[in-house]
Amino acid sequence: MVSTVDPDLWEAAAAVTDPEMPMLTLADLGVLRSVAHDDGRIVATITPTYAGCPALDAMAADLRSTLSAFGEVEVTVTLTPPWTTDLISDEGRRKLAEAGVAPPAHIGPRSTGPAPLTLAAPPRRVDCPRCGSADTEELSRFGPTACTALRRCRACSEPFEHMKDI
Amino acid sequence: MNDTGHHTDNHTDNHTDNHTDNHTDNHTDNVYDALGQADHEGRWAYGAGFDETVVEVTAPAPDGVDREDLAVYCLMLADDALVASQRLSEWATHAPELEEEVALANIALDLLGQARVLLSRAGHLGAAERFRTPGLAAGLSDEDVLAYFRDDRFFRNVTLAESDLGDFGRTMAWILVYSSWRLALMTALRGSADPVLAAVAAKAVPELAYHREYAAGWVVRLGDGTDESHRRMQAGLDDVWPFVTELFLAHPVETRLVARGVAVEPASLRAAVDDDLAQVLPVATLTEPTRPAVGLVGGRGGRDGVHTESLGRVLAVMQSLARAHPDATW
Repeated sequence: MVSTVDPDLWEAAAAVTDPEMPMLTLADLGVLRSVAHDDGRIVATITPTYAGCPALDAMAADLRSTLSAFGEVEVTVTLTPPWTTDLISDEGRRKLAEAGVAPPAHIGPRSTGPAPLTLAAPPRRVDCPRCGSADTEELSRFGPTACTALRRCRACSEPFEHMKDI
Repeated sequence: MNDTGHHTDNHTDNHTDNHTDNHTDNHTDNVYDALGQADHEGRWAYGAGFDETVVEVTAPAPDGVDREDLAVYCLMLADDALVASQRLSEWATHAPELEEEVALANIALDLLGQARVLLSRAGHLGAAERFRTPGLAAGLSDEDVLAYFRDDRFFRNVTLAESDLGDFGRTMAWILVYSSWRLALMTALRGSADPVLAAVAAKAVPELAYHREYAAGWVVRLGDGTDESHRRMQAGLDDVWPFVTELFLAHPVETRLVARGVAVEPASLRAAVDDDLAQVLPVATLTEPTRPAVGLVGGRGGRDGVHTESLGRVLAVMQSLARAHPDATW
């Protein structure tokens, strides 16, 4: 089995955008794991943001269609290591904020112990992506896509999406 | 004027002709066909269809682990999630507020994602073959066969997953108990000797922690709310309580796989669930119920395929259309 890396392939795959957050490329989002020639085929590997992310099929189809210019394409999905919002690139965070979506906070290495339940969790600081104020409140813990929550800025009164830190 | 009028007439005629042509084409090539053509063929109408599965799913069973036992354990964990997901989606269009509807649908979606990989793993280990009846399309994915063409007595979920959600308060008690228990299970399962179980667990932990936090928040808000919300929250918790005992009982398959480092000992999860409830219930001004356990008949329960009548109703909603029209595509 011969597997080689091709910068042109990576560049093409990395430019494919996320179907639900089109301001981000799959590379910005951190879901594109690898693209390589493998025994005459092109194998692209992606990882889901959430296990049930319904956009995964669309991502795979978009990748297949983009890379078909280079040859026969196979898209594989891997769960390991699991995606976290820490994998969103700095460029991706900038684009999110520019599009009015508050980027997630960095959460760092995940604990291997039990996740504590904290009823009185300190309120997360999420800055308004429009006016920059830190005075924002959560409207809903779940948003229109699996990866976002809804917040509102108390300073400029605008509601906005927040990419959940996970 | 005349010239202009003539032009206009021509234009209108042409336009009409074009329109008619387009319209005719649209009968055979409508917008949905166009969507299907992007993938060169129609998609199966109900589930994943024929898509490739997650790469980890095809890993061999760990050395010394019985394939059939591992497949059954994958079904247990898959069915816990699949049936719970189907139940939670009942709230769609019925939730008290749009935000809560979105939350419940998101939780259902996360659980469905866990179920899909686990069903695929069970299928890879051979669990789907007996359910591939001659009427099914060749190549239908294992996860779809197991989800849609398996009768209730072959489902291995705990009874809690199939139990009624009741009102919003009971639903929050249900999610709190369920997610606390499954979070403890998945936390321990990250160290499983089976790479698929370990991968699913690592992905599930942060999602379940988020679900638990959501439900705990509502249990406190309703429990420590008005007299009426307190009464209904306590009643909801009381109604969920009889299903708790079963969560910590081990099936022989689980016991054998615990010995192989693959499965988690159910009894070991009790402390984590008790801790969560001990934290939430006092703040919510709720009392730990004392109702006796249900869900077991002669010591056998959901893990053995012995279910309450609720599962039949859940599966009827989930499966009947696919069974009536197994060839439907879109």
